[in-house]
Amino acid sequence: MEMTRRKLLALGSGTFVLATLSSLPAFATLTDDAIAALTGGADMGEGAITLTAPEIAENGNTVPIAFDAPGAAEVTLFADGNPVPNVATFKFGPLSASRSASTRIRLATTQNVVAIAKMEDGSFQMAKANVKVTIGGCGG
Amino acid sequence: MKKTTIAIGLVAVLILVPGLAMSGPDDDSLTINGEISIVTETEAPAHAENLSTIYSGWRFRSDETQAFQMDDFENPGMIGVENAMVNWETVDGSAGESCAGCHGAPEDMAGVRAVYPKWNEEKGEVTTLEVEVNNCRENRMGAEKWKYTGGDMTDMVALISSVSRGMPVNVAIDGPAKETWEQGKELYYTRTGQLELSCANCHEDSYGLMIRADHLSQGQINGFPTYRLKNTKLNSVHARFKGCVRDTRAQTFKPGSPEFIALELYVASRGNGLSVEGPSVRN
Amino acid sequence: MASGVKPRVKVPKKAAAGETITIKTLISHKMESGQRKDDDGNVIPRSIINRFTADFNGENVIDVVLEPAVSTNPYFQFEAVVPESGEFKFTWYDDDGSVYDTAKKITVS
Repeated sequence: MEMTRRKLLALGSGTFVLATLSSLPAFATLTDDAIAALTGGADMGEGAITLTAPEIAENGNTVPIAFDAPGAAEVTLFADGNPVPNVATFKFGPLSASRSASTRIRLATTQNVVAIAKMEDGSFQMAKANVKVTIGGCGG
Repeated sequence: MKKTTIAIGLVAVLILVPGLAMSGPDDDSLTINGEISIVTETEAPAHAENLSTIYSGWRFRSDETQAFQMDDFENPGMIGVENAMVNWETVDGSAGESCAGCHGAPEDMAGVRAVYPKWNEEKGEVTTLEVEVNNCRENRMGAEKWKYTGGDMTDMVALISSVSRGMPVNVAIDGPAKETWEQGKELYYTRTGQLELSCANCHEDSYGLMIRADHLSQGQINGFPTYRLKNTKLNSVHARFKGCVRDTRAQTFKPGSPEFIALELYVASRGNGLSVEGPSVRN
Repeated sequence: MASGVKPRVKVPKKAAAGETITIKTLISHKMESGQRKDDDGNVIPRSIINRFTADFNGENVIDVVLEPAVSTNPYFQFEAVVPESGEFKFTWYDDDGSVYDTAKKITVS
C-alpha cells in the first residue's frame, strides 16, 4: 500500500479521536441521564453496595462483574463509556437469598461501571468501579 | 514505500521492548472442577533446547480470565463440547455410522489428544486430529468433510481434547515423524512477513514481556481448542497459527496444509509434559 | 428462533430447608448488539435475550432485564432460598419473540 500524506493524516486524526474518547468519557451525559431517569434525581448514598470488577480487563468483550447490595429491591448496572449506558437490571423476588449476582458484560473502552441499588425503603445507593480495557498485542 | 517499511520496522522493535512491570508467568495453579489437576509448568523437553521451563498460556492470563477455565460451567468453551456430543451420537453419511458407532463413548477417546499430531502408517504422513476426524467422516461414514477450522470440527476436537484433560502432552518426534518435526522446527524459526517475525521472536525470546497491552505467552498449544473472550468462540490451532502469521503481515499457509501440520507437531512437542487443557479460555 | 440457543443451569439436587443455594445459568446466544456493521457497512440488527427470570414453585427468585452490553452467551450467578421441595423454572426471552425455558427439581430435607 502506498502511504500518502493524506492517509497518514487520516490515521493520525483517528488516533486523536480515540485518545479523546478514552480520556473524556464521551457518553457520561447519557449515563447521567439514564441514572436520573432511574432515581428521579434523588440523593444517592454509598457504602451499602459493593461492586466487584477487574481493574484491568484483558478483553472488553467478556468482563466479569459482581455486586452485593444487602437490602436492595433492585440493582441496575451502567457502563458510562458504552454507546448505550444501560447494561442490566436485577429485580429480586421473595425467594432470593441475597441481593447479589454476577454476570459478564461488554465494555467498549476503559470506563466506569456504575451500580445503582434501589433499596427496599425507596432510597438509592451507588458504587462505581473503573475498568481499564486492553486490546490484544497484534490486533490478532 | 521505503518510509513505510522503516515505520513498520520501528513498530516491530517497539512492541518487543519490555514495557510494563509484569514479567514472566504468575504463580497460580490450575485445578478444573476441583478434581482435574493441570500441570501448567514443568521442565522443558530436551528438544526445546532454548527453554528451561515450559508454561501453559493459562499462567500468563489475568486472574479473571484464569477463573473462566477452573469450572466447566463457567467455561463457555464447553458449549462447543456439548454441541459435539450431539454430533458424536448422530448418524451421518451413506454408511449409516456415527462416531459413537465405532468409538463408543467420548470418554473412550481419553489419551488421544495427548499424542496428536501423530504418524499415520496407512497414509504415510503425520496427521492431526482434524485430519483424522475428516478421514472418519469421508472414508468410514461416507459423510461430507467438515471445514478444517469450522465450528463443527473445532467443537469435535474440543470434545476429544476434553476427555484427555490432565494427561501429559506426549507427541512422538522420532521415527517416521522426525522429518515432519524438523520441517516444523524450521518454520518455527523462520521470520515471515513485513514485520520479519518468527514464532520464536515472540514466544521463545520474549515470552513474559508485554506486547502492547498483552502478556506474551510461550505460545504453547496444549490448551487448544481455546475459547477466546475476543471472538467468543472456540479457536483451532491452525486458525491461531494463521492469525499469528497474518499479524507478521505475511501470506499465511492454509489451515490443514502440510506446513501447518508440521508446525503443529513441532509446537505441540515443545509442550510435551504440560497437561492437555482444551478447551481452555484465553483473552 | 435464533440458531444454536441452548439453556444450561446448575442447581444443587438437594438442600436443607431455608438453606442458601447458589445457582448458575448460561444460555448460548450471540447477543448481537445492534452496534456492529457487516462487511458492506450495513448495521447488523440487534438480536438479544432481553429478559431472564428464575422462579421456584411459582414464586420469583430473580428477574433480570438485559441490554446489548451483556456478553455473548449470557451468564448469571445468584442465590436462592428454598422453603420446600419443588422445581425451579428458568426462562429466557429473545428479541425475536422466542422463549426458552428449562426446569430443575430440588429435594429439600
